[in-house]
Amino acid sequence: MTIMTKLMSAATGLALTATAAVADPAIIFDLGGKFDKSFNEAAFNGASRWAEETGGTFKEIELQSDAQREQALRRFAESGANPIVMAGFAFGSALSEVAPDYPDTKFAIIDMVVDQPNVRSVVFNEHEGSYLAGIMAANASETGTVSFIGGMDIPLIRRFACGYAQGAKAANADITVISNMTGTTGAAWNDPVKGSELTKAQISQGSDVVYAAAGGTGLGVLQTAADEGILSIGVDSNQNYLHPGKVLTSMLKRVDNAVYKAMLDGTDMETGFNVMDLSNRGVGVALDENNEGLVTYAMLSETYAAADKIISGDIKVHDYMSDESCPALDF
Amino acid sequence: MDVIPKWADAVLVPLISLILAAVLSALVILAIGEDPVAAAKLMVEGAVGSTYGWGYTLYYATNFIFTGLAVSVAFHARMFNIGGEGQAMLGGLGVALVCLYIPFPHWALALPVAIIGAAAFAAIWAAIPAYLQAKRGSHIVITTIMFNFIAAALLNYLLVGMLKPSGAMDPATAKFAATTHLPTFQDLFSWGEKPVFRGAPANVSFFVSLLACVAVWFLIWRTRLGFEIRAYGESESAAKYAGISPTKIIMISMIISGALAGCMAINNVMGEAERLVLGSVEGAGFIGIAVALMGRSHPLGVLLAAILFGFLYQGGAELALWTNIPRELIIVIQALVIMFTGALDNMIRMPLEKIFLMMRKEGAA
Repeated sequence: MTIMTKLMSAATGLALTATAAVADPAIIFDLGGKFDKSFNEAAFNGASRWAEETGGTFKEIELQSDAQREQALRRFAESGANPIVMAGFAFGSALSEVAPDYPDTKFAIIDMVVDQPNVRSVVFNEHEGSYLAGIMAANASETGTVSFIGGMDIPLIRRFACGYAQGAKAANADITVISNMTGTTGAAWNDPVKGSELTKAQISQGSDVVYAAAGGTGLGVLQTAADEGILSIGVDSNQNYLHPGKVLTSMLKRVDNAVYKAMLDGTDMETGFNVMDLSNRGVGVALDENNEGLVTYAMLSETYAAADKIISGDIKVHDYMSDESCPALDF
Repeated sequence: MDVIPKWADAVLVPLISLILAAVLSALVILAIGEDPVAAAKLMVEGAVGSTYGWGYTLYYATNFIFTGLAVSVAFHARMFNIGGEGQAMLGGLGVALVCLYIPFPHWALALPVAIIGAAAFAAIWAAIPAYLQAKRGSHIVITTIMFNFIAAALLNYLLVGMLKPSGAMDPATAKFAATTHLPTFQDLFSWGEKPVFRGAPANVSFFVSLLACVAVWFLIWRTRLGFEIRAYGESESAAKYAGISPTKIIMISMIISGALAGCMAINNVMGEAERLVLGSVEGAGFIGIAVALMGRSHPLGVLLAAILFGFLYQGGAELALWTNIPRELIIVIQALVIMFTGALDNMIRMPLEKIFLMMRKEGAA
C-alpha cells in the first residue's frame, strides 16, 4: 500500500509539472447545488466576483453523489486546477485522503478543519454572529418571546441556535427562546412551506422575532413573518432587502469572502487554520437602509458593545460544537 | 403464444427505447447550445474509455445490480418492492455496526460477516411490510415506500445522535478500522509501474454482486421455491390451489428481496465510504426499479441494465466536470433513459407487436 501511495504521488507530481502552466482555480459545490439561495450560492458569488474582477476563469462542478467528492477532487487536481476550493463540511474525509496525494496543489475547505500542509481550513464562528442577532432580537421583542428556525438538525445549525439563545438571554434574562428544526434530512434545507408553518406555530406561542438559519426554507420563514407582521432575521447573505422594514437584520456569514480570498491568493495561498469571526468580519450582523428604521440606537450600542467584548474575549460565547450541549437552550 | 419473439422482447424493445432516449437527450443538449456529439463522446470516454472510468462505472453498477436483483425477486412474486432505498439504508446500518464493533483481523473475514449484517437488517426491514401485506392486506407499494421515510428518519436519528463520534460535524459514523477496508480494483489488478483503476471505488463487492446474479438465477429457475414464487406471481388462485401458501411466498420473496437490497451496503458503505454517511444510498434503490424493468427481471438483464446505468452515472459525472451542462440537465438525460426503458415500455412494445403480427400474417398468407 505504501509503495502504491508513493507511485501515485510520483505520477501526480509528473502530471502537475506538465500542466502547471494553466493553474485555473476550481470550486466544488455540495449536493444542494449552487443556486440554493444560501450557502452554496454564497460560495458561487465569491467565485464569480473573483472571475469578474480578475478576468480569470474557474472550473466548477455540482455534485450528484457522495462518491463523486473524491472523484471531483482527484480529477481537478490531476487537470492542474489550483487552488481547489470546496464548500461544505462533508468534504472533510475525502479531502484528508486526497490532499496528501497532491502535495503541490492547494486546497481550501469551508466549514471544516482538515489538518494537512496544503489545505486551508476556513471555519466560521457562527455562534458569535448569532449572539449579536440574539441581542438585537431580544431588544426588538415586545412579547418577551423570540424564536429560531433551523434547517436540517445538525450540530452546525444547533450552533447558530445556541449562540442566538445566549445573546437573547444576555440582553433579557427573562426572555423565552423557542427553537424548531425543519427536518432531519437534506430536504429540510429547501422546504419554505414547512418554514412558513413553523413560523406560524411560533407566532401562536408568542414569538415576535424569528431567526431562520435554514437555507431555502428561510425564505418561507421571512415571507410568513412579514405577512404576519412580526420581525425576522435572515442568514448567511444579507437578506434585509427581501422584505424591507420587516427583516430586523441578517446574520452574515461571508462564505463568498472566503472563496474570493482563496481564489485571489491563487497558488500562493497560505494554508492552515483560518477562523472567520467577528474580529475579521467573517461573521456579523447586517445594517443597511432596509432595516435602519427597525434598529434603535440603544439596540445598536448594546450590540456593538457585545461585539467588542466578544472580540476582546470578555464575553465567551459558548460553542455548541465544542461539547454538543447548550447552556441557554434545550434541543 | 407470444406476439413478439423472445429476442425482440429482450433486445429490440430496450434498444429502441434507448435510441429514443438518446435522441431526446441530444435535442435537450442542442437546446442549451452545447454539442451533443462532443457530449456523447465525453460520456463514453469518461465512463468506459479508461480503467479509471470503468472503475467508477462498475462501482455504480454494483449498487444497481443489488437493488435491481432485489426488485426482480419480489417482482417474480408480483410484489412491487419500492422500498429498496430504505432497505439499503438499513443494510448500511448493519454493515456499519458490524465493522465498527467487531474487531476483524482481515477483510476476508469481515466481508462475509458484513454481508450477513447487511442482509439481516435489510431483510427485517422488508419483512414488516411483507407481513402487513400477507396478513393485513396493506398494499406493499404503499408500505414499502413509507418505510423508506421511516428508514431515513431512523438513520438520521442514529447518525446525528449515538453513532456520530463526538465533536464531529458530519452526521456520519467514525471511519471503519483499516482491516475491514475492502480491496479496490486498484489493489487487485495493479501490477508493475502503472496502476490501473487509479482512485476508482470499484471493489471486490462487484464480484459478490455477480455471485448474487448467479444465485438469483439459480433460485428463481432451478429451485422448488423459485418455482413457487413464479407460480404465485403468475396466478395467486392457481398457486393456492396447488397448495402454495401465499403468506409464505410473500414473506420469503420480500425477505430475499430486502436482503439483496441491503447487500448494496457492502459496496457503498464498506467498499467506498468506509463509514456510514447520511443519505449513502443516493437513490440507488429507486434506480433498481428501472434496472429490473429494463432487465426483464432476469439476472443477466439486470447485470447489463445496471452497467448501462453505471455508465450513465459516471458519464454524467464527467459531463458535469468538463462541460457547462448544468447538473439538472444531466439528471434530465438520466431520467429520459429511465422513463423510456422503465415506464414507457408499452409505447415501444405495442407498435412492435403490431409490426410483428403483420409480418406473421404476411408469412402465413
